[in-house]
Amino acid sequence: MATEEIKNAAAGSGAPTGAQATPYGGFVYMPLIAGWLVPGAGHFLLGKWVRGSLLAASVLGMFATGLAMHGEIGSEIHNILDILGLAGGLGSGLLYMVARVAGWGAAQAQTTVADWGTRFIWVAGLLNVIAAVDAHNLRTGRKS
Amino acid sequence: MTYFPAVLLFALFASTVFGITQRETPVRMFRYGLYCFSLFVGSAIVLSWLMWLIAR
Repeated sequence: MATEEIKNAAAGSGAPTGAQATPYGGFVYMPLIAGWLVPGAGHFLLGKWVRGSLLAASVLGMFATGLAMHGEIGSEIHNILDILGLAGGLGSGLLYMVARVAGWGAAQAQTTVADWGTRFIWVAGLLNVIAAVDAHNLRTGRKS
Repeated sequence: MTYFPAVLLFALFASTVFGITQRETPVRMFRYGLYCFSLFVGSAIVLSWLMWLIAR
């Protein structure tokens, strides 16, 4: 009975197979995009205030710690690892773009601690992507 | 900042995100977050001792 209802709801909404009916309306990818641009915003859109706040605090904390350690932002791309680093940084969305435009962080890591700071900034972006995908899964009903 | 506080901060932030995103109920989120945190910190301590032994 319950399985049939879920199947009907998924078929009617055009949602992916295995998705459940959700109470959320609007553009299905909005939580994903909002969550990528602003840490925690995807969960805020869905009314998950506590989860969103904790995720935002974690991503912002990781990013701010990286900046405080004089991690690199906006370094030039010399090899494939630099491209991966840029992709990781871009995962922070507007945070990374603002930091790059404003000239926060170091142009080049000069110390061991600054090198750790660069990794903190990369990982903040990767964690933000995980959080944004989680918001998308909540929106589509893959997760409750 | 020294190495150990950096490890603790990294583990705290990463475990929080892992806990919230990989589990569904608050209790399971907390438990999984704690599990990830202990693995992060524990593995850092074990690897540090291993490197110290290798370097001797």
